[in-house]
Amino acid sequence: MADPIKVYPSKPDKVYFFGTCLIDMFYPDAGMAGIQLLEREGIEVIFPQDQTCCGQPAFTSGYHDEARSVARAQLDLFPEDWPIVVPSGSCGGMMRKHYPDLFKDTADEVKAAGVAGRVWELTDFLLNVCHIKLDDLGEPTTVAMHTSCSARREMGVAEVGPKLLGQLNNVTLVEQARAEECCGFGGTFAVRHPEISGAMVEEKVETLVDTGARAFVTTDCGCLMNINGFAEKNRHPIAGRHILSFLWERTNDDKGDGQ
Amino acid sequence: MSATTPHPHIDVKEFHPRAHEALHNPQIRQNFRKAMDGLMSKRKAAFEGWDLETLRELGANVRLRALANLPDLLEQLEQKLTENGIKVHWALDGDEACRIVRDICVAREAKSVIKGKSMVSEEMELNHFLEGEGIEALESDLGEYIVQLANETPSHIIMPAIHKNTGEISELMHEKTGTDLSHDVEYLTAAARQQLREKFMNADVGVSGVNFAVAETGTLCLVENEGNGRMTTTVPPCHIAVTGIEKVVPNLADVSALLALLTRSATGQHITTYFNMISSPRKADELDGPEEVHLVLVDNGRSVIYQDDELLDTLRCIRCGACMNHCPVYTRVGGHTYGTTYPGPIGKILMPHLIGLDEGRHLPSASSLCGACGEVCPVKIPIPDLLVRLRRESVDGDKLHPAKVRGHGAKRTPLEAAIWKFWSWMHSRPGIYRTGTRFASRFRKLQPARAGAWTDFRTAPKLAGKTLHQQLRERGK
Ligand code: SF4
Repeated sequence: MADPIKVYPSKPDKVYFFGTCLIDMFYPDAGMAGIQLLEREGIEVIFPQDQTCCGQPAFTSGYHDEARSVARAQLDLFPEDWPIVVPSGSCGGMMRKHYPDLFKDTADEVKAAGVAGRVWELTDFLLNVCHIKLDDLGEPTTVAMHTSCSARREMGVAEVGPKLLGQLNNVTLVEQARAEECCGFGGTFAVRHPEISGAMVEEKVETLVDTGARAFVTTDCGCLMNINGFAEKNRHPIAGRHILSFLWERTNDDKGDGQ
Repeated sequence: MSATTPHPHIDVKEFHPRAHEALHNPQIRQNFRKAMDGLMSKRKAAFEGWDLETLRELGANVRLRALANLPDLLEQLEQKLTENGIKVHWALDGDEACRIVRDICVAREAKSVIKGKSMVSEEMELNHFLEGEGIEALESDLGEYIVQLANETPSHIIMPAIHKNTGEISELMHEKTGTDLSHDVEYLTAAARQQLREKFMNADVGVSGVNFAVAETGTLCLVENEGNGRMTTTVPPCHIAVTGIEKVVPNLADVSALLALLTRSATGQHITTYFNMISSPRKADELDGPEEVHLVLVDNGRSVIYQDDELLDTLRCIRCGACMNHCPVYTRVGGHTYGTTYPGPIGKILMPHLIGLDEGRHLPSASSLCGACGEVCPVKIPIPDLLVRLRRESVDGDKLHPAKVRGHGAKRTPLEAAIWKFWSWMHSRPGIYRTGTRFASRFRKLQPARAGAWTDFRTAPKLAGKTLHQQLRERGK
């Protein structure tokens, strides 16, 4: 099947925010940063408190009955026709690309397709729907960037991060070798095949360190957890953040807000 | 090769220990990393200036159209080939295909077979079978020749000996054939060529694979670089081609589209050195070519896959190997780790239905689902989606879609199933989820520093003091 061509909506007044379970528990600052960036663009952000997880972990592990009941619990949370923005390529990919398959031949087929069609990866949304203009207030710095495989291949947003960082006058972006190679996270893959995953993240950290940058940003918290966890355990001089946290921090003069 | 050579068959179930071994073998790691990096950049360069997406779309459509008419095309192919004087045989499985090859050899009183590269013959384990029948089978593709010398199986479908570097090959040839120890690739190639030339001249039968079988004209197409394919199919008095039933395409125009994709995807070449088109045995007025040509059409589970809407996509494969070259897992562990005829991403989606999920249950899970394979596949096989499908089958994880692949459910364990049930229960209930996560955040200091396999390589992720849910609720959201 051909991949659908992306047709961006015009900038809306309101969006739904799907926070993802990793952000919820481990990186809420990235979620807050995403919301604040949207609000600064004049968009009202609706966060349905009943959201939990997109269902991806069970889906990729083959437990589709379990994935479906979790995913079904999300389907009713977005009744209005507003875009659903997700600060993660991976969860975005699950909702946009896999919900229609997961609910095929069920009573929720149409609803799932309706949700899927409104899902946007948040940085893509900021750049291509909001046409955000970033004003860099930070000190000169150099960063590398790791785009998650789902962000790159399922959501097709590999160009977005570099474009956003390119708007920051004091930030130099350096590219690592084999930038498009997986960091080895892959959800439960990291636990099912720990040694292979370990070898993958080891090389990813090496190439990031080789850029000379001490910091990197990424689109996804899974990668962040994986790369940072390895770097920290093995005392490598590199640490990463979610790109949304980084963008907000550098363009916001009121440092105390929301942190 | 003597008849006593032990069979190099590898147990697919030993995936984990072999992965462990490969990961701790710096030579293997380095050989693969270097080779795959080279292949990736060559492919990239070969497609420069092309509208790759349109080309892939075309490739996918050619294959889809061929598969849609597979039964008719096979009939047409058989008829055309027969008209052209090529004898067609049908084999239900590998064993039957082996017996067909043997019977042809026996009828010709053949004692030696020279072979061009053919993955189907690996699938059939033809060499091993022929050896048992007292017929010598010698691989003539340089990579296959090296692998055979080492009594190993190929570690890649295009480059069988890619796991070895020049030094290792030199030592192997020195030990087995008495060539001088040398790192000079020219010298080693020439030495192997010399050894093979003699065999070519004396072989009774040549066995080759097929890249495309054209139904309209009854033409067998064979792509290769070394000339051994041409020798195999022309020098011995009898040529036997073996192929999977899916390799048929309607007409010659289809071949040009697929060929453009195949060579660029595989080795980054715009065109290969040789492109053989075989359409008949030697005619009365011709100077060379075999007296007899046979085609063995091998099913070996393919018609079962063909019945399934999703798995059917697997049969689009043109065996370019690009999915392996770009697979971060394959690059780390190498082809032998898989213990299967086809390694890497294509192996993970093809082998489970050839050997059953009870044997191959680790295969679909040994992927981070990064999608690199699907992105490069020239015929757009949705490999990651098929991996998820097979994972579902391996745990019987979907009551809506009953499992179909042999050995389904083999990977399901009561503990894992219970974990997912609990996970699902919790994440389908927002109140419980919020309470649970709030509780975890509040007592995050009690979080254990170790978390199974994760923390063997990494520090544990740290829970935030307040969940996003909490922070937003406090902001009145
Ligand atoms: S699955 Fe695709 S990329 Fe892999 S070998 Fe087959 S055609 Fe090539």
